[in-house]
Amino acid sequence: MPLALVLALFFVLPLLATAVVSLWDYTEYSLVPDVTARNYREMFEGCASFTLCTTFRTYLSTLKLCLLVWMFTLTIGFTVAYFLAFMVRTETMRTVLFLLCTAPFLTSNVIRMISWIPLLGREGVANRALKSLGIVSQPVEWLLFSEFSVVLAFVHLYTLFVTVPVFNSLMRIDRRLLEAARDAGATGWQTLWHVVVPLAKPGIVIGSIFVIVLVMGDFVTIGVMGGQQIASVGKVIQVQMSYLQFPAAAAQAMVLLALVLGMIVALTKLVDIRREL
Amino acid sequence: MSTDFSRRGLLLGTAAAAATLAAPAVHAQGAVVLRYCGTAVNQHSGIKDKVKEDLGITLEYMPVTSDDVVRRAVTQPNSFDILDAEYWMLKKIIPSGNLVGMDANRITMFGDITPVFTKGEIAGRKIGDQGTAPRKVSYLPGREARTFSATPTQWLTLIPTVYNADTLGIRPDKINRPIDSWAELLNPEFKGKASILNIPSIGIMDAAMAIEASGRHKYADKGNMTRAEIDITMRVMTEAKRAGQFRAFWKDFNESVNLMASGETVIQSMWSPAVTKVRSMGVPCIYQPLKEGYRAWAGGFGLPKTLTGRKLEATYDFINWFLSGWAGAFLNRQGYYSAVLSTAQAHMEAYEWDFWMRGMPAAQDIKAPDGTVLEKAGAVRDGGSYEARMGAVACWNAVMDENDYMVRKWNEFIAA
Repeated sequence: MPLALVLALFFVLPLLATAVVSLWDYTEYSLVPDVTARNYREMFEGCASFTLCTTFRTYLSTLKLCLLVWMFTLTIGFTVAYFLAFMVRTETMRTVLFLLCTAPFLTSNVIRMISWIPLLGREGVANRALKSLGIVSQPVEWLLFSEFSVVLAFVHLYTLFVTVPVFNSLMRIDRRLLEAARDAGATGWQTLWHVVVPLAKPGIVIGSIFVIVLVMGDFVTIGVMGGQQIASVGKVIQVQMSYLQFPAAAAQAMVLLALVLGMIVALTKLVDIRREL
Repeated sequence: MSTDFSRRGLLLGTAAAAATLAAPAVHAQGAVVLRYCGTAVNQHSGIKDKVKEDLGITLEYMPVTSDDVVRRAVTQPNSFDILDAEYWMLKKIIPSGNLVGMDANRITMFGDITPVFTKGEIAGRKIGDQGTAPRKVSYLPGREARTFSATPTQWLTLIPTVYNADTLGIRPDKINRPIDSWAELLNPEFKGKASILNIPSIGIMDAAMAIEASGRHKYADKGNMTRAEIDITMRVMTEAKRAGQFRAFWKDFNESVNLMASGETVIQSMWSPAVTKVRSMGVPCIYQPLKEGYRAWAGGFGLPKTLTGRKLEATYDFINWFLSGWAGAFLNRQGYYSAVLSTAQAHMEAYEWDFWMRGMPAAQDIKAPDGTVLEKAGAVRDGGSYEARMGAVACWNAVMDENDYMVRKWNEFIAA
C-alpha cells in the first residue's frame, strides 16, 4: 500500500499532469488551461504529404541511432558477459574483471562522453595518427560531430547496462545443459544459439529496455557528440521547454512515451520477464 | 473568479507568514541579503565582496541560463529579489506582471546613463534599431503596467548594467585573407568549418545578418521577421546545412571556445570574452568587425513585484552603487560596456580607458580584474573605440512576434 502511494504520487500524478498540460494552450509568457489539439496538430503539421515532416524526420533520426546503438551494445555486451560467465575460470578473477568493467562508471558520464572530443577532432589524436601513418592526407571529418561519434559515445556509455543483466542471466544457466548439448553433438555455435541465447533472453530484454529508454530520451549526448546538428526528440522537447512552450513539450513527451512503451511491450511479448525472473 | 481570489488570499497568507518568520532574523542581523538572479555574466565575486564592503548588503548569486532567467521571472517571481535580465526578455516577462517599474527619481545617476539606452543614439547619431532595441522596452506607462510606453516616463523596466556588440570570431591564421562581411559565414570556402549558435532567437539573427549581407533577402526588421521571412531564412540555412557548411552548432560559452581553439571551426558567431579566452590560450583569434555592423545585446536590473520595505530600499541602494563607477570599471575591463561611462572612467587608469573605450594601442599590458594579462602593450581592441563599435550596431537581440513559429522552424532546421 505505501508503495502504491509512492507510485501514485511520484509516477502516476506527474504523468497525468503531463497528459493534461499537453492539451493546454500557451502564449509567450503563460499557460492557458484549455482542451485543444493545437500541440498535437502543430507537431504533425505537414506529415500527411509525401515529404517527411519534422516530427517524422526527428523520430526516424532518433530511431536510427537507437537501433544502431542497440545492435552494438547488445553484441559487445553479450560477448563480454559470455566471456565473464563461461571463459573465466576462477570466481576471484571473474569478480576482479567484473569490477574492472564497472570502473569507468565511477566518473561522470558527461566526462566520459566529452573526453572523446580531443581524440576525434580535426586536429585530434586519431587524425594525427592517421596522417602520420600516411593512411590519409586530409583529416577525416566524419570522426567527430557525426552519427558515428554519437553512436560511439552511446556504445561506450551504455554497453555496461547490457553486460550486467546478461551476465546475471548467463550465471544462472545450469552448466549441465551445456555439457548435455555437447554430448548430443552440438557445435559451439549451435550450443550458443539454441541453448545459451534462449536462456539469456530475460537479461537481453532487460538490457535492451535500458538502452532503448536511455537513447530515445537523450539530448545531451546527441547534442554534444553530434555538434547540435542531429535531431533528437529529447532535443526538441528541451528547446520547447526553454521557450516556455510547456504544452508543446508535454505533447511531444506523450508521443515519445507512447512510442517507447510500444517498443517495450513488443520486447516483453518476446519473453515473459516476470515468469523468467 | 472565486478560486482565483482564494488562491491569492492563500498566497498572501503564506507571504505574510513567511515575512513574520523572516523579519526577526533580518533585524537581529541588521544586514540585508539580496537574492540576485541572472546569467553568470555579471556575477563576479569581486562585485559581491565590494558591495558587502561598501553597502553592507550581502548578495546571494543565483546563476542560471538566460532561458531560466525568463522561466523564473515568469513562473517563480518570489524566488529572487533582483533580476539581472536582458532587454529582449522583457517582451515575455513584462506581460506577466511579475516585474514592476523602477522609479527614475530614485536613480541618482539616471541622467548620466548613456543615450544608447535612453534615446537610441550615440554622440548624436542614431544607431541600429532593429530587434528589441532597449529604447523600445525601457519605459512603462505606470508602476504596475504590463505594456511598454513608447515615450520616456518615470517608470523604468530595467536599469542598464552591461551591454556589448557581437560579431563573428575568425581564425586569421587559417583564413589568410581579410574578412569584412557577414556573408562569409555562408561562403562555401569555409565548408565544414563554420558554426553558429544553437540558441534559436539569437542564431536566427546571425543567420539573417549573413543572408542579408549575401544579398539574398532584405529584411524589414531582422529582429521581428514575418512568417515568410522566417521561411526564407530557414530555407537558406537548411540548404547550407545539408551542403555541409557547418561543423557544429554551439550552445554555451565553452563550446564556442573549444570549437575555435581546436581548429574545428575558423569562422563562427561568438561572444567577446570567448574570443579573449581563445587568445589567452595562445591561439590567434579576431573578433572581426564587419561592414554590415554588429548584433548588440544589453542587460539590466529589474524589480520583482514582491519586493517591499527594507529589501526594496537596499535594492535601490545597490543599483545606485552599481552605476557609481566601481562596477562599471570592473565590467569595462572585461570588454563589456557599462551604462554610466563618466563614473566608470573615474575608476579606470587612463591607459585602460584609452585601450578599452577609445580604441587606442595599449600603452602597457592590459590586465583582467583578476590580474591575468589579456593583451600585451601595443595591442588594439578589435573593432576600435566605443563609438565605432556601438555606433555600428545593426540590430539587437530580440523576441519576435512570431516566436512560436520561429522556434518550430528552427527545430526543423536542426532536424533537416
